[in-house]
Amino acid sequence: MLQTISMLVENKPGALMRITGVLSARGWNIDSLTVARTLDAAQSRMTIVVDIDPVLRRQVIKQMNKLINVLQASDLTESLAVRREMALVRVRATEENRAGILRDAEIYGARVVDATADGFGLECTGPVEKVEEFIDAMKIFGDIDVTRSGIVAVSMESRKLRLAPPVHAGANGASERPNC
Amino acid sequence: MAGWTGLEPAASGVTGRRYNQLNYHPIRQRKFIHDPVHTVNTPPEIEMRSAGRNRRAKPCVQSGQTGVFRTASGKGPDMSNLMTGANILVECLLREGVDCLFGYPGGVTLPFYDVLYDAKVKHYLVRHEENACFAAQGYARSSGRVGVCCATSGPGATNLVTGLVDALLDSIPIVAITGQVSTKLIGSDAFQEADTFGITRACTKHNFLVKSAADLPPAIHEAFYIAASGRPGPVLVDIPKDVFMGTAHYEPVGTIHLPGYKFSPEGHAGQIRRAAEMMWEAQRPIVYAGGGVISAGASGLLRGLVEAIDAPAVCTLMGLGALPSGHPNFISMPGMHGSYAANMAMTHTDLIIALGVRFDDRVTGRLDAFAPHARVIHVDIDPVEIGKNRAADLPIVGNLGPVLEKMNTVLAELAPSRKARRAADRLEWKEKIASWAAEHPLEPAVSDAEIKPQHLVREIDRLSGGDAIVCSDVGQHQMWGAQFLRFNRPRLWLSSGGLGSMGFGLPSAVGAQIANPGSLVFALVGDGGFQMSIPELATVANNRLPIKIVVMNNGYLGMVRQWQELFYNNRLSAVALDGFPDASMLAGAYGFPGRTVEDPGEIGQALDDAVRHPGPYLLNVKVSPFECVYPMVPAGAAIDEMVLGPLKAAGV
Repeated sequence: MLQTISMLVENKPGALMRITGVLSARGWNIDSLTVARTLDAAQSRMTIVVDIDPVLRRQVIKQMNKLINVLQASDLTESLAVRREMALVRVRATEENRAGILRDAEIYGARVVDATADGFGLECTGPVEKVEEFIDAMKIFGDIDVTRSGIVAVSMESRKLRLAPPVHAGANGASERPNC
Repeated sequence: MAGWTGLEPAASGVTGRRYNQLNYHPIRQRKFIHDPVHTVNTPPEIEMRSAGRNRRAKPCVQSGQTGVFRTASGKGPDMSNLMTGANILVECLLREGVDCLFGYPGGVTLPFYDVLYDAKVKHYLVRHEENACFAAQGYARSSGRVGVCCATSGPGATNLVTGLVDALLDSIPIVAITGQVSTKLIGSDAFQEADTFGITRACTKHNFLVKSAADLPPAIHEAFYIAASGRPGPVLVDIPKDVFMGTAHYEPVGTIHLPGYKFSPEGHAGQIRRAAEMMWEAQRPIVYAGGGVISAGASGLLRGLVEAIDAPAVCTLMGLGALPSGHPNFISMPGMHGSYAANMAMTHTDLIIALGVRFDDRVTGRLDAFAPHARVIHVDIDPVEIGKNRAADLPIVGNLGPVLEKMNTVLAELAPSRKARRAADRLEWKEKIASWAAEHPLEPAVSDAEIKPQHLVREIDRLSGGDAIVCSDVGQHQMWGAQFLRFNRPRLWLSSGGLGSMGFGLPSAVGAQIANPGSLVFALVGDGGFQMSIPELATVANNRLPIKIVVMNNGYLGMVRQWQELFYNNRLSAVALDGFPDASMLAGAYGFPGRTVEDPGEIGQALDDAVRHPGPYLLNVKVSPFECVYPMVPAGAAIDEMVLGPLKAAGV
C-alpha cells in the first residue's frame, strides 16, 4: 500500500538527496515526489508517495526526522489530510470529437488551458482517483500526452513543529556537547 | 513558521553567517602567496564596520590560541579581518580546540596546507587517506574528542570513504575536510574531481559543500557540533580550491542554529521511573551495555546501576571497558563469539536493560529466538535505534548520562520498599549464571608445541593489566582479544565494530598514541589486516610513536578460513596469506626493531622486550594456523545454539 509522507525541510542544496537516499538505500521506488517553497522561502514542503513495507513505516519516518535538513516528517497515510493531484493533458482533437472532449472535460471539472486547431491542453485537479479516471476518459479520444504533478497533501490536523534552539558555537567537547 | 526563522540576527545574537554575507567583500582574486598573515587593506566603510565587530569579538581575538587570525593591532587602523578561506578554516579549527589532524595533501588543498605550514595545528602525514580517517578515529575513540582528518579532492576523498562509514556505524565523532575543484569547475569532470558531497552523503551523519569563504565559519562549527553531539558520527566538509583562496571578513561564530537537529538528552522522567520499577520487579534481569555508554561518558553511572540492582551485565564489542572487566557482575561480551554464560543469560533473562546498544545481528543471532522471555528497556539517544530490531517494552530516548543519573536516583529511592521482594530470585539467577560460567568457561588454549593465539592474547593482557590501549583489526584476533583482554576503563579497546574494516588496527593505534602520548598502545593485528596498513609503519617511524605492533600471524585470513572450514567443507578458497615479510627486516627498513617469534616458551619474554623498548616495535607472532574461535553461534542460529568447540559441534 502506498504511503504518503509530508515533510517540512530546509531549502538547502542536498536536502532532497538525503531524503531520497533514505528510501533508495532500501531499494524502494518513489511513486511521486513534489517539492516547493512554503510561505517561508527558507523552507520547502515535500510530499512523497512511496510503497513502504508497513512494518518499516515508523522506522523510515524516524530516519527522515533524524536528517539535519528535515524540520518535520510526518506520515499522512492514515491521518486526516487532503491529498490532491493535478494532471495536464494534451488531447489531439479532430473536427468531430472537439465537442465530446469539452463535454467530458466539463464532467471532470477539467479546465481548458490551451486550445489550438490541433487540440486542447486540459488541466484536471482533484483526488488521485478522479485524475486517473479523467485520463482514462481522455484516452478514448486518441493519443494523449499526460504530465502529472504527483500528490500534494496537507494535513488537516495541527501538528506542533518542534525545532532545536540555537546553541553556542564552542570549543570541541564543550559542555553543551552532551556526548563528548 | 515562528520559532527559528523568527530569530533575526539582532534579536538572537546570531551574527556569524548573516554578517559575513552582508559584508562580504568581492575582492576574491587577490593572491596572498608571500603574506603569512593574509590580512589586507579594505575600503574605509567596511573597515569601520569591521572594527566595531572586532571589539565585540574580543574574547576570541585575544584568546591567544589563535594561530593566524590577527587584527588591526600593530598594523595600523586600516587593517581589517579580511582573511582567506584557508586562514578562516584554520582559525575555526583552533577555536574548536583542534590540536592535530591527520591528512594527506593534494592539488586543491595546497592553500590550506600553506597555512598549516606555520599554524598551531599539528598535521600528521599518513601514507593513505583511509588511514587518516582511521587515525582520526583512534584519536577520537581513545580521547572522546572530535578527530579531524583531511584529504584532497577526487581520489583523496574517495579513499576516506571506508573510514567515514566505519565511524558512522560505530558512532565516532570525526570531522573530515576534503578539498574540491574550484566552484566553476565542479561538474565538469575536472582533474581529480569527484562528487564528494554526493558520494559521502550516505557515509556521514551530515556533510557540507561550502561555496564561499564567508560560509566557512558556520559550516565548520556546525560540523563539529553535529559530529560531537547527539549520537556522534562523522561529518564531512567539502571545500573547493577557490573557497580556500577567496577572502571574506572573518567573524567568530557565536551561535549555531540547526533547527532540524533535534535530540532530547534528558529522557522522560515517567519512563525512567517505570524502568526503575521494572528493574526491581524482574526476577532475572541483565544489563546489556554498548558503545553508547562510552560515548556518553556514563561508565561510572553504569557501574552504579549495575551495583544498585546487583544485576549481571554484558558489554558488546563496542562497549567493552564500560564496565571494568574485573567487575564481579560482568560476564563477558555476548553474541556470535560471546561466552556460553553471556549467551545463556541473554536467552533466559526476563528483563533486558539495553543501554546504548542497537541489538546488532552479531549480538542477537536469529532475532525471533533472541531472549524470548524478556521484556526490554531500551535507552538510546537515537530514536531510530529503538524498536529497530527488537521491540522495546519501555523505550527511553535520551543521553545515557542524565538518564542513568536519574535512574540511579529513582532506583535508590525505591530500594527500601522493593529490594527484598525479589532477593531470592535474584540470588538464584546469579547462581545460575555462575554455574553456566563454570560449565563452559572462556579458557585460553595453551600448548607447548605451538603458540596458541589465545595464549598470545593472554600474554598481552598480562602486560596490559587492563590499562593499555589495544587497537585491533578485524577477524579472529579481534574476537580473542574481546574474549580474553581485560579493560579497567572505557576507551581502551579500539576496534572496528559495525563495519569490520580490516586495516583499522595500526592507523587507529597511531591516532590513539598521539592522543595519549604516555600510554602503552598495542596494535593487535592479524597478518591480513596488517598487510593492508603496512604503509603506516612510515608514520609510526617518522613520529617515533612507541606503538607495540603485535601481528597474530596464522598465515591465513583466519576468520574467513574458519567459516570455510565449518560451513564450506574446508575448501580453503583464497585465504592463504603466503609471503609475509620478515618482521625484523620489515621493521628494520623503517628504522625500528622487529622480531618473529614461533616458540611458545619465548612469547612472554619477547613481549616484555617489546614493551620495554622505548620506541615502536614490530612483533610477528606465528600462531597455530588452524585454531578456530569458540564459542561460535553459526549465522542464522539462535544465540543459545552455540558451537562450543571443535569436536562438539552440537547445539545446547
